[in-house]
Amino acid sequence: MGKTLFEKIWEEHAVAETPGGSTLIAIDRVFLHERTGAAALKRMAEMGRTVRDPSRVFAVMDHIVDTRPGRSDGTLMAGGEGFITETRAACQAAGITLFDVNDRDQGIVHVISPEQGIVLPGLTLVAPDSHTCTQGAFGALAWGIGSSEAEHAMVTGTLRMSRPQTMRVRFEGELPFGATAKDMILVLIAAHGAGGGAGHVVEFAGDAVTSLDMEGRMTLCNMATEFSATSGLIAPDGKTFAYLSGRAYAPDSFDDRHWQSLKSDEDATFDQEIVIDASAIAPMVSWGTSPEHTIPVDGAVPHGPDSVHDYIGLPAEAPLAGTPIDAAFIGSCTNSRISDLRRAAGILKGKRIAPSVKKALVVPGSLAVKRQAEAEGLDAIFAAAGFEWRMSGCSLCFYAGGEGFPAGSRVISSTNRNFEGRQGPGIRTHIASPETVAASAIAGAIADPRELMREREAAA
Amino acid sequence: MLRDNVDTDTIIPSREMRSTGRDGLADGLFAPWRYIDADGRIEDPDFVLNCAAYRDTSILAAGANFGCGSSREHAVWALAEWGIRAIIAEGFAPIFHANCIRNFILPVTLKRAAIEALAGEEVTIDLAAQEARSAGKTHAFEIEREAKQMLAQGLDAIDLTLTQAPEIEGWTARDRSARPWVYLGGASA
Repeated sequence: MGKTLFEKIWEEHAVAETPGGSTLIAIDRVFLHERTGAAALKRMAEMGRTVRDPSRVFAVMDHIVDTRPGRSDGTLMAGGEGFITETRAACQAAGITLFDVNDRDQGIVHVISPEQGIVLPGLTLVAPDSHTCTQGAFGALAWGIGSSEAEHAMVTGTLRMSRPQTMRVRFEGELPFGATAKDMILVLIAAHGAGGGAGHVVEFAGDAVTSLDMEGRMTLCNMATEFSATSGLIAPDGKTFAYLSGRAYAPDSFDDRHWQSLKSDEDATFDQEIVIDASAIAPMVSWGTSPEHTIPVDGAVPHGPDSVHDYIGLPAEAPLAGTPIDAAFIGSCTNSRISDLRRAAGILKGKRIAPSVKKALVVPGSLAVKRQAEAEGLDAIFAAAGFEWRMSGCSLCFYAGGEGFPAGSRVISSTNRNFEGRQGPGIRTHIASPETVAASAIAGAIADPRELMREREAAA
Repeated sequence: MLRDNVDTDTIIPSREMRSTGRDGLADGLFAPWRYIDADGRIEDPDFVLNCAAYRDTSILAAGANFGCGSSREHAVWALAEWGIRAIIAEGFAPIFHANCIRNFILPVTLKRAAIEALAGEEVTIDLAAQEARSAGKTHAFEIEREAKQMLAQGLDAIDLTLTQAPEIEGWTARDRSARPWVYLGGASA
């Protein structure tokens, strides 16, 4: 019987069984950031342990680093500087390659890892960050872990694992006008629940997936963790190898036949299969406090738990479109890459955000993305529209206690989590594609981006 | 706490993670729900962990997909520091589940009806027998053999894995020739 891509990677990395019945899985790459990685490095030093192979461990400052222009180690978050200086010192002591605050290659971990060719098809890559599954877009087995597990991976080169089950999610057909990878993953989570992927590694497949560019594939895999999946991945193809070729840490060639074997066999079977009609997907917006609380932008709020309606301040059966917003955010490991910025800028060009929108930010996913966007003049489009143009980092995807949105804000956000308080105490978050964020910022209310997109097309 | 999808941002908000250490986190545990005013630390008397009957509980009862969201182990460190030793839920997010085992908190998965029956009662959890008991009712639960061992004996995962270091070295030597592109540090690394 054939094997799935996940099974091939798993078996290739199975070092040994443990007496307790789990498997030691070899870890090819570890990536840390200053928020949770610092804790792992600190503990490791306290225990007198060392990194087994520092050449395969990387770190970056992305989570609490400021995104204001002219930034240094200082942060608006009280005590944030300590995370940065401790991480830097610990990386230096351990011999770990660090992408520091203002290095030209700094950026959000899941944006820069592919930019640098650190993630590769068929590799295992872990990071103490739940969105590590983003990197599954390259056909790697990449998943988020805790700080203790990060320490384990660095010290032993392995993790103790029980084998997850397999799931394939096939998006059949062609995505319609105005729908994006973000809308695809939100449709899956809305239909099958925020716990729907628990215990499984999900392989995304189907025409609508292979048609996505690498950045769209990263957006899709990014939110596998919001589905509670162990990870998500996509078989590598010509686009994958073309993207990685010439990157700093990538091999000189992908000619070895190993690379071509990295796909699920025709006759492989999965423990679970889900098929979604991609041609029926519309722009999606969350209405509640879990990513499963998501509906098409032209839909009405369904009946949910009272606590959710109370927090979000929207009654059941109310139309979602037209709900006034106070702030807008474009960024995060979900939607901060150059294609995301180009699409948002395409909508914002020549427009202004509504006066009622008090804060609007664009935070590029990496300084490389920022430079590219500036070379294309996108920064000027965003600035003219009323968006602040920032340095790269995670920024207001979450509230770390420093910079925040105005109290009581309702935010339209290209991020991945609409949890209670995620973007600040009492802040109400609606997650959506960058197109929908841009269109909503102009309208001053949750808006369907397709209207402005049609207008653009007609004018072009 | 019988609601679904309780996320780690709620268990310990990012703004409550003030240092790179693992201590001093219990004060921020469930801060968004526990305090009417988190800055002033003014407690909400209606929040379950603020009720006199449950303030000293060592077992938490919850709904589905508990601990979803951010990988922050601080959520588990905060729970452990508060005194939580077991969580009974309909299901756990995978990273949170692994973090529990590494910090010796027992994650118990039961059906909703069983959790509802146990919630608010005096509950005893017998890890060896894999049973949660209350008022004459017994609910059996599954747990992986190795996790059970590690919890029961308080084993350190890294120490345990290092006992298999020769196997890891042997595997790495073979892998280095099979997949040279993985190894970035040259021949000696």
